[in-house]
Amino acid sequence: MFLTLFGILVAIAIACHLAGRRRSIALAGSNYAALHSLPGYYGAWLAIMTVGPALIVLVVWSIAAPNVLRSMVLSQFSAQLATSSVAQLDGFWRDIQAIAFGGTAGIRDAVRSDAAAVLSSRAATSTTMMIVLMAAVGVAGFVYAWNAIAPAFRSRHRVESVVKVLLAVSATIAILTTIGIVVSLIAESMRFFSMVSPIDFLFGLTWTPQQMAFRADQVGGTAAFGFIPLLTGTLLITFIAMVVAAPLGIMAAVYLSDYATPKVRAVGKPVLEILAGIPTVVYGFFAALTVAPFIRNSGHALGLDVSSESALAAGVVMGIMIVPFVSSLSDDVINAVPQSLRDGSAGLGATKSETIRKVVLPAALPGIVSALVLAVSRAMGETMIVVMAAGLAANLTLNPLEAVTTITVQIGTLLTGDQEFDSPKTLAAFGLGLVLFVITLSLNLVALRVVNKYREQYD
Amino acid sequence: MNSLPSFETTAATTAVPTAAVHPKITGRNVNVFYGEKHAIKDVNVDIPERSVMAFIGPSGCGKSTFLRCINRMNDTIPICRVTGDIRIDEQDIYDRNLDVVQLRARVGMVFQKPNPFPKSIYENVAYGPRIHGLVKSKTDLDEVVETALKKASLWNEVKDRLLESGTGLSGGQQQRLCIARAIAVSPEVILMDEPCSALDPIATAKIEELIDELKQNFTIVIVTHSMQQAARVSQRTAFFHLGIMVEEGATDQIFTNPVDTRTRDYITGRFG
Ligand SMILES: Nc1ncnc2c1ncn2[C@@H]1O[C@H](COP(=O)(O)OP(=O)(O)OP(=O)(O)O)[C@@H](O)[C@H]1O
Ligand SMILES: [Mg+2]
Repeated sequence: MFLTLFGILVAIAIACHLAGRRRSIALAGSNYAALHSLPGYYGAWLAIMTVGPALIVLVVWSIAAPNVLRSMVLSQFSAQLATSSVAQLDGFWRDIQAIAFGGTAGIRDAVRSDAAAVLSSRAATSTTMMIVLMAAVGVAGFVYAWNAIAPAFRSRHRVESVVKVLLAVSATIAILTTIGIVVSLIAESMRFFSMVSPIDFLFGLTWTPQQMAFRADQVGGTAAFGFIPLLTGTLLITFIAMVVAAPLGIMAAVYLSDYATPKVRAVGKPVLEILAGIPTVVYGFFAALTVAPFIRNSGHALGLDVSSESALAAGVVMGIMIVPFVSSLSDDVINAVPQSLRDGSAGLGATKSETIRKVVLPAALPGIVSALVLAVSRAMGETMIVVMAAGLAANLTLNPLEAVTTITVQIGTLLTGDQEFDSPKTLAAFGLGLVLFVITLSLNLVALRVVNKYREQYD
Repeated sequence: MNSLPSFETTAATTAVPTAAVHPKITGRNVNVFYGEKHAIKDVNVDIPERSVMAFIGPSGCGKSTFLRCINRMNDTIPICRVTGDIRIDEQDIYDRNLDVVQLRARVGMVFQKPNPFPKSIYENVAYGPRIHGLVKSKTDLDEVVETALKKASLWNEVKDRLLESGTGLSGGQQQRLCIARAIAVSPEVILMDEPCSALDPIATAKIEELIDELKQNFTIVIVTHSMQQAARVSQRTAFFHLGIMVEEGATDQIFTNPVDTRTRDYITGRFG
């Protein structure tokens, strides 16, 4: 229904566009130059005025109608439903929808069939009303715009302001979504912090949410929500990852941009970027099945005690994973350093490596820093590799050979399976999410400042 | 001081007795190819010591190419091939045993567009002495920087802002900074490829004045599109056309009484 109407509107819009063009040309007659705007703008204006309001009616109606219908139908049957819970009402509504519009209803009984009959007649009325309304606003808009078309009419200005509004609406949607997410994150975290003190959360040294009682009648152990072990785990793995990724990535970028022959570069760069396309699960089992056992065995050979899941394995593999981020972004900024600076340095008798170390890399530093920060954010947000290679044990340790866990992994485990959405155990996920958000946000702010500071002398 | 190879300046070669003064740089049968393209054809030239030589000629005739042969900057272009013989103080600069890095320390270069490093003014000038290990202490370095900036007549303008970024200077100041940067390495030769083409007349006048002073200590080769500039600053002028050095001689003679008609057409502006 929606799609059909939408298709019709598109067809009408095209027709209006052509008609509006024609009319403007006809009205201008021989005095074509007197037209304020190009004919296409008159056509666009006519199409917008005809179809725009109808489209708004269509969208608003389609969103609002189901709720209105639901309350109308349910209120008509309120006597029969008086004792129903919210969940039962939802089930009832699903059933009558299925009966009325096709589908499998959970229960079919007399009440439901009656309600379904009411629903389908109401729905039909609703659709008719919508179409009539659309036609009415459409015709009104068309008549208004049709009469407005005249050579002196500034259709371009009108069309451009409509476009401007559309752009603003798009930007607003994106911004509002972000704000919405942050606000709900904060709100849910507040609920969590009303159950668990923020002090315990931020400074507690043990993380054992699993020991929370699931139901009121169950005897729970001592649940503790100290997030420090998760933070150290996250930082430890991120640190190991960056120790691997930063030198590898930057040196690869230097090689590709300044040393590699064009042929090697043409092959090397895409190959490196393929690394970025490998799904993280694949890295995960690579870490769990190859790297972790290798590290454990080498550790044993050296007489070290290595657990089968270790921060080192996860960190190293994660480092490999983010090498392409670092190298590809750094490569771009290194290439952007003007050739004239390299020539200037070579002209003073600097060797290639001196030129790179003392001129090119410092000039590219802001870009490299932002590449590194991006890589850090990426490493902190990575979940899959850690689940598979570093484990779930919230050990408070800086020993890379032990199992650790991270913030994202814990969010994942807290929210998988059947959960009640008001127990601290579940809400803890939001607390963790908020902390992670704050950390990444401040990282980005720091990076921005660094970049701006250096950019001044770079320009 | 780091021990840069020093060469005894001996008597001029007798091959091409064009230059009255002792030649610092000699080029014999120099040919340059970019892949298949023959960009410089059999050029012979003597460049006298402690004087200014100007290369003029229409765009694309090979002035920059020849200039870049003198400090082997063409080495950085993979497809570029140089044949023939170029000597500085009798020493073959394309000799296998010659270290190009040391050559470039002796032959400085100033480019068409000012290209200061995105570092402080001080660091820009200190860059060369540092990489060549020319100074032992910070005080020595300070002195080298100050002397270079003074020689480039930039000192008075920047002495209170040495730690500010070199890219924050005006175009003319930036170009003088680049000259100071080259001087700081104490080269013997300074190559300048259209050093004033990005500058306004006042900045240009300053640079020309500077070139005039610098010729007391350095051998200078300058590429320029401005006849007036060549006439003002140079003692000798070479005219290039389609990769050939058509005519070379004392600047006065080239501008008042050129031998070749192509030269005459070019300097009188009758050239396509
Ligand atoms: N890197 C290069 N690769 C290929 N050909 C080149 C290269 N550089 C210069 N050439 C060619 O060599 C010839 C001489 O170029 P060159 O830059 O020396 O001219 P020029 O006299 O300096 O010109 P202008 O006055 O415009 O700077 C030109 O035909 C040019 O196309
Ligand atoms: Mg040139």
